[in-house]
Amino acid sequence: MKALWALVARDIRLAYGRGGVALPIVFFLLVATLYPFGVGPDGPLLAKTGGGVLWIAALLAALLPIDRLIAPDMDQGMLDQLAVRGVGDEIIGLAKLIAHWFGFGPPLMIAAIPAAALLRLDGDTLWRLELGLLAGTPGLAALAIMIAAITAGLRGVGALAGLLMLPLAIPLLIFGAGSLDPQGTSALKLLAACSMLAIAIAPFAAGAAIRAARE
Amino acid sequence: MLPPQPIRPYVAGMMGQGQLSFDGVSCQRGGRMLFERLSFALEPGAAAVVSGPNGIGKSSLLRLAAGLLDPVCGAIWREGRIALADETLALDRHLPLATALQFWAEIDGGSVADALAAIALDHLGQVPVRLLSTGQRKRAVLARVIASGAPVWLLDEPGNGLDTASLKNLSVVIADHRARGGIILAASHQPLGIERALDIRLESRS
Repeated sequence: MKALWALVARDIRLAYGRGGVALPIVFFLLVATLYPFGVGPDGPLLAKTGGGVLWIAALLAALLPIDRLIAPDMDQGMLDQLAVRGVGDEIIGLAKLIAHWFGFGPPLMIAAIPAAALLRLDGDTLWRLELGLLAGTPGLAALAIMIAAITAGLRGVGALAGLLMLPLAIPLLIFGAGSLDPQGTSALKLLAACSMLAIAIAPFAAGAAIRAARE
Repeated sequence: MLPPQPIRPYVAGMMGQGQLSFDGVSCQRGGRMLFERLSFALEPGAAAVVSGPNGIGKSSLLRLAAGLLDPVCGAIWREGRIALADETLALDRHLPLATALQFWAEIDGGSVADALAAIALDHLGQVPVRLLSTGQRKRAVLARVIASGAPVWLLDEPGNGLDTASLKNLSVVIADHRARGGIILAASHQPLGIERALDIRLESRS
């Protein structure tokens, strides 16, 4: 248990300390800035589609640091050292999940405020977007950790990780975008359910992948 | 900052007694049998040095002992906590050495300052890990092992890249650990100056 929190604290410090947090925020805002250029400055159209675009941006922001989540620690022997100390691989997966979420979830929710202004989202939609991000980003973090662990032993996995993760994120995306609708309360609940399912599976899947890579 | 001190006994927290024994252990990696039916037992205070040509399975033997690999047959008994010093650093490269070691010391409950002093690295505590030389890295790994306070030490080529003074320091640290009831299992192709050590020779199979 001590190891879990030590690992979470270290990983969060790592994410915040080296400017890793700025990356998802800048990425998120860049998408929000570029999208109006792509579809034209049509206010109602932006307001109608902007929330969905931000969800896609959130998905890609979760994917952004995927090659830095598990692989460096595996190469450096950190994971072996934890295993020698009797720390279960599932605990490692859980710690990585928590730390990854803290690394991109809260910054993204802050970045969503200026992004909503850029996309002409009204206050109500922004509120629902924030609620949806709160429910959905832990699920995105869980998927990212799972894929990061599975691809940790491989070289040059950027595109492969995307190919593996994006299809799995489809339910989160559907219910995330659905929850932006004024009548989308049930979508929000389903979003939270999908997110929890991913969170429940991820530590075990990541742990099994880490163990398999040790052979 | 303290000047570098040659040899200083270190004081760690209470260390439980450890035990390590292999009973008819065979190891297979990538479909190739590395060694078969290896048996030995190490009581508190004992040491063993594994020797043999490159690729014979010395590091695999240590990983078996650490529980990171499973033997194809046979049983491995270990008692007490284990500290492994392999070829990886397992320290955050951008952090100062003392801070990077503190991460493990927090989990293990050992003292970083005492460990750095024991291996004569106390003057480098504030230097980022990535700037350390090969020999200093090797000693940093040893400091991690010392700070762990574990009774069983598994050392993979601990003398690699060390200068004469550090080698002497290493043998003092090892002797000190054994005097307090610790166990050493080292893989090395060079003499480490470990007295009364069990010699485990892995022969090449033809």
